[in-house]
Amino acid sequence: MELAGIAAYLVSFFTFVGIYAILALGLNMQWGFSGQFNIGVAGFFAVGAYTSAILTTPESPWHLGGYGMPFLVGIVGAVVASALLGLVIGWITARLRTDYLAIATIGIAETLRLIVANERWLTNGVRGMSGIERPYADFFAALGLSSAMGSLIVVCAFLVLVYFLVERARQSPWGRVQRAIRENEPAAEASGKNIGRFRLEAFVVGSAIMGLGGALYAHYFGFLSPEAFLPLYGTFLVWVMLIAGGSGNNKGALLGAVIIWAIWSGSEFLMSTALPEALSGHAGPLRVLLIGVLLQVILIKRPEGLLPETTPKTVPFGKRD
Amino acid sequence: MKLLEANGIYGGYGGADILKGATVQVDQDEIVVIVGPNGAGKSTMMKAVFGLLHVRQGEVLYKGKPITNGKPEQMVRLGVAYVPQEKNVFPSLTVEENLEMGAFLIRGDIRPRKEKVYEVFPKLRERRKQQAGLMSGGERQMVAMGRALMIDPQLLMLDEPTAGLSPRLIDETFERIIRIRDLGIGVLMVEQNAKQALAIADRGYVLATGTNRYEDTGPNLLANREVAEMFLGG
Amino acid sequence: MDLLIDLIQLSVYGVVLGSVLALGAIGVSMIFGILRFAHFAHGDLMTIGAYVGLSFIMITDAPIWWALPAGMLGAALTALVVDQAVYKHIRRTQPVILLISSFGMALVLRSIVQIVWGPSVQSYPTGIQRPWWVWEIAIVPTHIWIILATIVIVTALHLFLTRTRIGKAMRAMSDNMDLALVTGIPAERVVMITWLIGGALAAGAGVLLGIDSRLTPTMGWNILLPVFAAAILGGIGRPYGAIAGGLVIGLAMEISTLFLEPSYKPAVAFVIMVAVLIVRPQGIFKGAL
Repeated sequence: MELAGIAAYLVSFFTFVGIYAILALGLNMQWGFSGQFNIGVAGFFAVGAYTSAILTTPESPWHLGGYGMPFLVGIVGAVVASALLGLVIGWITARLRTDYLAIATIGIAETLRLIVANERWLTNGVRGMSGIERPYADFFAALGLSSAMGSLIVVCAFLVLVYFLVERARQSPWGRVQRAIRENEPAAEASGKNIGRFRLEAFVVGSAIMGLGGALYAHYFGFLSPEAFLPLYGTFLVWVMLIAGGSGNNKGALLGAVIIWAIWSGSEFLMSTALPEALSGHAGPLRVLLIGVLLQVILIKRPEGLLPETTPKTVPFGKRD
Repeated sequence: MKLLEANGIYGGYGGADILKGATVQVDQDEIVVIVGPNGAGKSTMMKAVFGLLHVRQGEVLYKGKPITNGKPEQMVRLGVAYVPQEKNVFPSLTVEENLEMGAFLIRGDIRPRKEKVYEVFPKLRERRKQQAGLMSGGERQMVAMGRALMIDPQLLMLDEPTAGLSPRLIDETFERIIRIRDLGIGVLMVEQNAKQALAIADRGYVLATGTNRYEDTGPNLLANREVAEMFLGG
Repeated sequence: MDLLIDLIQLSVYGVVLGSVLALGAIGVSMIFGILRFAHFAHGDLMTIGAYVGLSFIMITDAPIWWALPAGMLGAALTALVVDQAVYKHIRRTQPVILLISSFGMALVLRSIVQIVWGPSVQSYPTGIQRPWWVWEIAIVPTHIWIILATIVIVTALHLFLTRTRIGKAMRAMSDNMDLALVTGIPAERVVMITWLIGGALAAGAGVLLGIDSRLTPTMGWNILLPVFAAAILGGIGRPYGAIAGGLVIGLAMEISTLFLEPSYKPAVAFVIMVAVLIVRPQGIFKGAL
């Protein structure tokens, strides 16, 4: 491969890592800090992506749109829409046990996917929305950078912003209360904390972050279809990233995004070159199998992840081993 | 040789030790009662003996053989039955099914055992098709004890068998425990109704902050003025 | 009048779908009752059962209904292997870790199905189905067989749970795990049998679903949400409730097609489930394992 090809590949690689890292940080907010089990990440991701796409695209005969709003409005819209979705789901499931939250979140994600696939007036259904622009392209072109490079820079900028936000939250008294609730709900309740409210806050903020990830994805990739929001891509990979990296640890979420995306995209490359002819049709499922087995191995051998949670001060029984 | 000996037991639920060198011994044909204030570690001691929590130091002997930190299943096979303080029946199972579960590890015909339990608790025979969860507190206690008796135990461990029962039922329960002892079964129990329990006990232990304070025959403990003042409410 | 006929016709389909959902939901409920986690790979166990059954009758040339026992055996063993290889090692941690693991296991099983049987749509050789006309209602013979097969399986399960020692032990463990341990019930053995039975029931659902429609690698995953809805409606952890839950969800899903796109059927199940969760988090139907 030529140098330029490698460079282009790396730009694309790290852009995806950045987007997934944002999703993983959002999930860390919900699961890592607050112990709320969301396996409907794909739903929030999709709401963010479609919201921003609909707000910013020019008029199209194929789907709702034509508002032609600026990029930042699309981003804000995406964040607000997924936060609202998080608010509704969080409100419904606030006092339910984990399993119900899990089922409810996957339910909403699958229902949203059905809506995206069926409501053609809204999203053009399974044919997807194309022509979503990178509105920041002109700006970077003026600096002599490609629009792909521009996407990477934009994604990284948002990633840095989100990282500092969630890291700040983690170390704050608010973060400590979250952990206290997660570790020992009755004790936290006894000390007079409004548990439902704290949990809802974490859930909504996490959802908003996922929506942001969705918007960035839409503008980088330029095309949206329900396929991208299958539980596999939208939810499962994010979970594996967080668990592999170390749930509760924001650096772990970043590390997990890099490593798992490297394995995931690396396996595509590997299978396309190394797989015998007879098996080449099975490359897709084999990759999923690989990641699925990897998750099981991590859960059995190192459930705390590569970078286990470190607890800033005063929190009992946070650290394992 | 003692039936059961638990000597110098240290242990707790992961954090600090609750038991700090407590000792309990039971012989065949005797009722042994552990009394003491709340938080003394009475129930904890029972759990430690039965292998439900980790014994950090000390040893448990059954007929002279070490069984420290044994599994509950192993205890049942040896002939030790344990009735927890609460949630001690299977609520959706019938009385009869509860008894059958008690004998899960027994091979062969369990009908004679069931008959024996019905003789001790005739009421359970009448109610054998009823769901245990729908019964009164006193009846559930009978089911729980009946379930434990199904293995034909040599040692029966009861954690507060009279908790939440009316005075009449408490008397009845103690009478039954005497009958069980008279069948040749050693009984080790924890009791809040300390005076009544000591009155029927062959021996008793007063536990406080995880260690033995007094140990004597039941009547002697009842007569002991210090024990009476400190632990039996004057 | 036409509406009434449509309604009755859809109710027939609803009972058929409800039978499939019930078999899945009983397994989910049993596993929840004993292991305390929602098993997300349950839909994919159904898929495995459907495909194993298909392969069996294709290879042996046996009549189509032989797929049922063959698929049940296949999925039961799959469930047991999954438990022993993976779940067993994480059972001592929090149940939620099992939930994550089972979510991953769902994808693992589905990939295996895709690798072994390929991604394309397959179907059972049911032949041409001539419906019987009752009044103006079309009744397809396989539908009758599906309902009968469900009744047989559920009856067998009922007898197992109420008449056998191990079945009673399963109910006891579901009632009160701590007491079961103290009583000397061997938990590991009961858990293994729970997986065998849960897997077999899932496969029953999968084969019947495959006979009713077609086989795809995502057939089980696509029906997982309605299965969970049925289990929750029935009061999760209560298999007898799950039967009623399955029928209600199945009927609601089919009847909804009167006024909704059929592709929204799973969403109907989901909405009912959410409504139940809001109103009565413990489920609607009483009863226990």
